[in-house]
Amino acid sequence: MSDTVSTGTSRAGEWHPGLRESYLFDRNTIAEIQRAAREGIYDIRGFGAKRSLPHFDDLLFLGASVSRYPLEGYRERCDTNVTLGTRFAKRPLELKIPVTIAGMSFGALSAPAKEALGRAATEVGTSTTTGDGGMTPEERGHSKLLVYQVLPSRYGMSPDDLRRADAIEVVVGQGAKPGGGGMLLGYKISDRVAAMRDLPKGIDQRSACRHPDWTGPDDLEIKIGELREITDWEKPIFVKVGATRTYYDVQLAVKAGADVIVVDGMQGGTAATQDVFIEHVGIPTLCAIPLAVQALQELGLHREVQLIVSGGIRTGADVAKALALGADAVSIGTAALVAMGDNSPEYEEQYRKIGSSAGFYDDWQAGRDPAGISTQDDELASHFDPVLGGRKVANYLRVLTLETQTLARACGKSHVHNLEPEDLVALTIEAAAMARVPLAGTNWIPGLNGSL
Amino acid sequence: MVTGTEPVTEVVDLALTPLRELNQRLHDVATAGEGPRHWRVVNPRGAHAVACGLDAELDVEIDGHVGYYCAGMNQLATVRVRGNAGTGLAENMMSGLVVVDGSASQSAGATGRGGLLVVRGDAAARCGISMKGVDIVVRGSVGHLSAFMAQTGCLVVCGDAGDALGDSIYEARLYVRGTVAGLGADCIEKEMREEHVAQVRDLLARAEVDDVDPADFRRYGSARQLYTFKIDNAGAY
Amino acid sequence: MCGIVGLFAKSPGIEERLGVHLTAMLAQMSNRGPDSAGVAVYRDPAPFGSSKLTLYSADPHEHWGALCDELGDAFGGEHEPNVRASHAVVLVETGAAEAEAWVRSRHPELRVMSAGRVIEIYKEVGRPEVFADQFHLTDVHGTHALGHTRMATESRVTTEGSHPFSTGLDLCLVHNGSLSNHNTLRRALRREGIEFQTENDTEVAAGYLAWRLREGASLEQALEGCLDDLDGFYTFAVGTADGFAVLRDPIACKPAVLAETDDWVAMASEYHAIAVLPGADDARMWEPEPGVVYVWEQARV
Repeated sequence: MSDTVSTGTSRAGEWHPGLRESYLFDRNTIAEIQRAAREGIYDIRGFGAKRSLPHFDDLLFLGASVSRYPLEGYRERCDTNVTLGTRFAKRPLELKIPVTIAGMSFGALSAPAKEALGRAATEVGTSTTTGDGGMTPEERGHSKLLVYQVLPSRYGMSPDDLRRADAIEVVVGQGAKPGGGGMLLGYKISDRVAAMRDLPKGIDQRSACRHPDWTGPDDLEIKIGELREITDWEKPIFVKVGATRTYYDVQLAVKAGADVIVVDGMQGGTAATQDVFIEHVGIPTLCAIPLAVQALQELGLHREVQLIVSGGIRTGADVAKALALGADAVSIGTAALVAMGDNSPEYEEQYRKIGSSAGFYDDWQAGRDPAGISTQDDELASHFDPVLGGRKVANYLRVLTLETQTLARACGKSHVHNLEPEDLVALTIEAAAMARVPLAGTNWIPGLNGSL
Repeated sequence: MVTGTEPVTEVVDLALTPLRELNQRLHDVATAGEGPRHWRVVNPRGAHAVACGLDAELDVEIDGHVGYYCAGMNQLATVRVRGNAGTGLAENMMSGLVVVDGSASQSAGATGRGGLLVVRGDAAARCGISMKGVDIVVRGSVGHLSAFMAQTGCLVVCGDAGDALGDSIYEARLYVRGTVAGLGADCIEKEMREEHVAQVRDLLARAEVDDVDPADFRRYGSARQLYTFKIDNAGAY
Repeated sequence: MCGIVGLFAKSPGIEERLGVHLTAMLAQMSNRGPDSAGVAVYRDPAPFGSSKLTLYSADPHEHWGALCDELGDAFGGEHEPNVRASHAVVLVETGAAEAEAWVRSRHPELRVMSAGRVIEIYKEVGRPEVFADQFHLTDVHGTHALGHTRMATESRVTTEGSHPFSTGLDLCLVHNGSLSNHNTLRRALRREGIEFQTENDTEVAAGYLAWRLREGASLEQALEGCLDDLDGFYTFAVGTADGFAVLRDPIACKPAVLAETDDWVAMASEYHAIAVLPGADDARMWEPEPGVVYVWEQARV
């Protein structure tokens, strides 16, 4: 709910003797304290963690050399398909690319934005996911493969939608706020959203952080059993967690019967939550992946229970590195919104009017998005062309795939799943320890071995 | 031989038949649009997810105690349990009728969106949690945190209610005849007017509860102070 | 997370077949606890002045007989060990505390699973059905028993990490749930002289009870202390020489079902573990209220 714009550039380059910024109390911190003093409520915003964290950029691939041979681009195959849900489901999901669209609600996003995601995913052969509000007919109509979330709130939950879905995702938490529930502020509770969620219009939706009818992995096991019974064991059941105690969480989700585990690192985006939650809870995606993979390997189920990873996936390099560390697929949220036009410079004038700027806009909770994406206002949403938006996201997904293939081929892989941790080195000690790959130029993996 | 007046009851013994087969056969009636309408399930012995996901006008009677999520996500069907039910009875039910002769464990009727749930014994903690349109009638008492975050629908409790009743309630209506151990955040007692008495009378009649007086109930609902974030309510969050 | 079962015999018929019933109940709880299983059985009281220890050895060829000879030399008498899989129950002609201390100092390679006059604790990693088979659980008779099946949450799957945990002489604890302040409590209890072998939160709860009892609290008071001092979610079942106790935390998200007939009182995380008992269909059934301590005890003769 912040109205102040922090471009951080207003005085850049304008130095004179005596102006020295504090590291602790920098301009952003000062602005936030003053906002809190004025408004008396915590800062709620969208987007993911904005601070610098160890991430995939700290890893590099070891491309082909004398000892390893690359594959020819275009001519020699580098396959990208992935099957999700082979453990128990009668009808696993077959994806053409290892990138899916993460759960984002109708309510958080406008209807045309959800439509665009569905169009894009269908075009390139992957899936989209519903969010904390339920399934809309448009999304089911436009998405060839649709994953249906079961969240603590159960807004819009219906067995008809369960049966219409291609997979079911039980959400324990998300990276932006592990331990927190969904949040939607009054300005986005339109008539349609209110009706879907059985809420009064225009109020601030309060969130449940635990599921209403189960707590703990032992009872989750029984809940997953019920969902399977209702859908006659046809559909894969995913369990999604925000990355915290990831090693234990993945083992427990597997013991509870999950077909697929989704791990969302702390960089994962959100439409609305408290800034302190976004920035200070959860572990980075980079260290969550090896924890999840270790858990699966110890149970002898790596690749049998598939792992989807999300939280800060931006480029094909991120995709390839996540796969190399052992993920079966990745999921994108923020990146998909940016691809379809969020924070685009073409709206700069409108961003300025609401106290923001292209590249900085994160007040997705306010529902005033000039791009028409994170809004429920019909007028604003009408600016968004779902067909064009869909084409843009499809283009972006293709680029992600091509980039992943480029890197995989350079490492001599005929399938992107053949990327492995040994194809990677780290640039920093933290990244080496977190990703469990050696510091570049050495054999050293801090915490695992002692040699340099 | 089936006569015109006697319905044929399909009997399934869960001591002999896998649960999967029972549920599949019940679901097949909905998919096929035809099949046995009356069912009797014996020896449930606390099995979970019995008769869940029903989607047709079936009549299912269960002889014995069931485990978690009996009649989960029920739609159109009538399910009667001649025994007790475990956690999450009729969770997210959409329509139809679910009746339990004994008692229900926690989260009975959780997130239910329609239809009627009747518990003749007691329901435990979190009865009607996050309810979204279901009507629930409990002949006995309910446990703590009942109607927690209840959005819409009606909960009628002929006995007592435990602590934190209706905490963070939205627009659901609560009627309690006995004592309320404590009210949750933003839940207050409200005036019981003629239309409310009429609503209770109607629900009791539909639940076939005929030994309590609708006028003996008190009404509880939202004070609506938590509908927008206000710093003065910080203690309630 | 986990499954808990408890059975308290009110008739000789149930006492004789305690192990049979316990095995059936444990098997029903294997889905919610596939990692390991354990039981505490109360039976065969040691004669006055003697005590029983249940000991565990990682060595499959452990010389239990030789150990019994040593104990005989130290305290008198000649007793054979009662061996079940990796465990042995030994009778010692002295008080339980002294016997336990002797074993801990002379044989640190052995683990003392339980000590007292009536209690015997067996626990092992692996599926509950396998455990019951290995330990010939169906042979066991007794007055009452607690059982536990484990789905490890935040600590390793090991024998020591399995429940029941022994909290003191003839006492044990099983737990379904997850505590959130156990690390801080463990540090405080260590300063009070309580020792811990694992990172397990349940072991901390067991240590807390042992500490309170040591400081003079009654079992009820110690359990009521849990409501103030332990944070998190729990259904606890505690075994005592004469019976058992049950406590749920005030938020009470973890399940607990109680049932009673003329022949038995039973407790379980899910009803279908009770459904296997004779007469279960007609049993009186109820759920324990959150934050209330329930105790059942054999009438003392």
